[in-house]
Amino acid sequence: MGSDVFQPGITAGRLDPDSYAEHFSDLHPRLDAHEALVAADRCYFCHDAPCITACPTDIDIPLFIRQIATGTPDAAAKTILTQNIMGGMCARVCPTETLCEEACVREAAEGKPVLIGQLQRYATDHLQEQGIHPFSRAAATGKKVAVVGAGPAGLSCAHRLAMLGHDVVVMDARAKPGGLNEYGIATYKTPDGYAQTEVDWLLQIGGITLQCGTALGDGFTLEDLREGYDAVFLAMGLGGVNALDAEGSNKDGVRDAVDFIAELRQASDVAEVPIGRDVVVIGGGMTAVDAAVQAKLLGALNVTLVYRRGRDRMNASVFEQDLAASKGVRIVTHAVPVAVHGNGSVREIEFEYVDDAMKGTGQTLRLPADQVFKAIGQTLIGDGIPELDGRKIKVSETGRTSVAGVWAGGDCASGGDDLTVTAVAEGRDAAMDIHKVLVG
Amino acid sequence: MADLRSEFIGIKSPNPFWLASAPPTDKEYNVRRAFDAGWGGVVWKTLGFDPHVVNVNGPRYGAVFGADRRLLGLNNIELITDRPLQTNLDEIKAVKRDYPDQAMIVSLMVPCEEEPWKKILPMVEETGADGVELNFGCPHGMSERGMGSAVGQVPEYIEMVTRWVKANTRMPVIVKLTPNITDIRKPAGAAKSGGADAVSLINTINSITSVDLDLFAPEPTIDGKGAHGGYCGPAVKPIALNMVAEIARDPELHGLPISGIGGVTTWRDAAEFLALGAGNVQVCTAAMTYGFKIVQEMISGLSDYMDSKGIASVDEIVGRAVPNVTDWNQLNLNYVAKAKINQDLCISCGRCFAACEDTSHQAIAMSEDRTFTVIDEECVACNLCVNVCPVEECITMEAMTPGSTDPRTGRVVQPDYANWTTHPNNPSAKAAE
Repeated sequence: MGSDVFQPGITAGRLDPDSYAEHFSDLHPRLDAHEALVAADRCYFCHDAPCITACPTDIDIPLFIRQIATGTPDAAAKTILTQNIMGGMCARVCPTETLCEEACVREAAEGKPVLIGQLQRYATDHLQEQGIHPFSRAAATGKKVAVVGAGPAGLSCAHRLAMLGHDVVVMDARAKPGGLNEYGIATYKTPDGYAQTEVDWLLQIGGITLQCGTALGDGFTLEDLREGYDAVFLAMGLGGVNALDAEGSNKDGVRDAVDFIAELRQASDVAEVPIGRDVVVIGGGMTAVDAAVQAKLLGALNVTLVYRRGRDRMNASVFEQDLAASKGVRIVTHAVPVAVHGNGSVREIEFEYVDDAMKGTGQTLRLPADQVFKAIGQTLIGDGIPELDGRKIKVSETGRTSVAGVWAGGDCASGGDDLTVTAVAEGRDAAMDIHKVLVG
Repeated sequence: MADLRSEFIGIKSPNPFWLASAPPTDKEYNVRRAFDAGWGGVVWKTLGFDPHVVNVNGPRYGAVFGADRRLLGLNNIELITDRPLQTNLDEIKAVKRDYPDQAMIVSLMVPCEEEPWKKILPMVEETGADGVELNFGCPHGMSERGMGSAVGQVPEYIEMVTRWVKANTRMPVIVKLTPNITDIRKPAGAAKSGGADAVSLINTINSITSVDLDLFAPEPTIDGKGAHGGYCGPAVKPIALNMVAEIARDPELHGLPISGIGGVTTWRDAAEFLALGAGNVQVCTAAMTYGFKIVQEMISGLSDYMDSKGIASVDEIVGRAVPNVTDWNQLNLNYVAKAKINQDLCISCGRCFAACEDTSHQAIAMSEDRTFTVIDEECVACNLCVNVCPVEECITMEAMTPGSTDPRTGRVVQPDYANWTTHPNNPSAKAAE
């Protein structure tokens, strides 16, 4: 414990340098070759395996594990990447405990699933670190597709389209490609700049032009794209953040969790990222947990995650909740923020306890806070976009929107969970549909 | 605790677990430690005349692995002892003197002439050893020189050499047989005719464990080349069990004592050999894989088993399964069973379905929610589903009660026994009528 952990206010350098390095190293260090063989040996090679069904990208998991077990990890990687071009990132960030590993029959048999996520990383790292890109482009079709957003959905779509022989231009509002892989995921899940490494590897397919720093409504319109390209894929994610409906929520020290996570990811030295002594995170999803855990890892003395419903309703998986608890995050449920107190800067935040029907109980809770992170959901922003379904762009099974020639996928589109792996699947499937429409 | 004391052809040992003639019994240092660890006896690694043989200076062993590198089969190209004869004899004498209660058998291999046997036997007797084992089984190296399995593959030679040995020693004689033959009863019969007190089997099986796909050479590879070795370990147990049973149930060979060898790894393996007629067992690969300590599990396991069955002595197990080993044409064709899947134990891996659907009788149904059930109308009770299921006791074979109707054939299950010899589809049966 460093000496500065008791210092009130928002300050950097609370810990000694070794602690930062330890805290932000790989959450799951990569399996070595022996560990991979031992883990692969446990796969039963199930018929019509439940893990495949549970994977949003339908990776043939038993096949790739058998390929690892028989000493051909590069073949395993190709099996993975054929279905999921961002299999490397998904191996790191997928909530496998609620997807493939939850479905693993070993989970039923022994409560210990095959380490599918870690095996997937073993295979994809093995291939990518040799610089091998096992896909090539089909003959040029002469068609040109615009992709808005260089996150998992956009890049997945772009790669598949490029593979099929189309030329693709990918536009992104941020300075770097990768979307939430680059800006929105906890640092310890994807250390050593893997998001950019993966994008560079993905772009080896060729035929993809990247234009960063340009956004829909800021440099071009959907109409421009429809005129200039044969098809458009919208995958700009959710650029806005829901407002906190509590008195005093504009005080200093109250900020969006996504900004904090992005700042941490982009920091050249995490020790320079300031953090409060008493941190409160509002929300119950992955973003809330990522923010809360990282606040703790940066040296915050007290971190409380406050969620308005019960733990069973949290979007963060049980694994994520347990991870937060193990790092010392306190989880408070059934409480909604009602007021932020403080003179200019936040000093305390007040909550009211609510029942399962979200009805106020009249009982309140005041937590000391010099920093408050809001992680209460993101919203779609943009003008002149296709018809919405609720708060997202309405799409068909294959990503078609209400506008002819325009597809959408990822977090900005309706359907599916807001996961990297789901975005990759939607991008891939939209690309196949675009291809079908363009070449007939 | 059950009484594990064993007496095999007059040789007493505190338990029926002997170490086979092999690297573990190569020298005094090992054998003393083996006895201290609890082994009932050893067969000292095969002696020959000086100048002693030499071994290769590269790898001697190759292996076949199961999941998690569990060693299932081991192959070796090591020869008989590569130390001077007198050194071995002195060590045997010293060990036997200090361990009078443990069995000390000496394995021998000398040229196929009477003189060498006449010469070596008194030297062994002088050590105080309890008996000799004639190595007619070693399938590599020595066989190229007309010894080992080169003798064991010719019943006449076995009989001849055994007769010489019996004529020249008072010690009990065990003849060790090679499995690299067509019918194990022939060499066993030859040993019996020659006057052998017992046979031991199996020695190792000719084998190439694997091929190096970079060098395109068999493994273990010595400077780019490989020679076949002798295969042993858990993988060979089924072959050994069958050969032991073939001898035990042969009317001509009935009563010939057998020392069972071949993949004995646990107490259960040992008990199976005993049940099929072996009077004791010899172990090698398990000790080479896990060390001498495994005998402690064998002792406690066999003892617990005997206690649970109310079996007082090892001899009560010996041969107990032999009457139930029969020929295919004696099996009851009126016995009808069906596979049954315990849904509480099932983990829905679907391996039974894949196996049955792709390679057997399409007798397992799979529902949308991955419930697997047996289709009695198709099930022939082949047992493949039981064998591929990863969960113990999840799938079982349930016998149909006589009087019920087999939905596959539409026939009523008969209570009486009827085999192929009387079956209407058997042309010989019809001809006999």
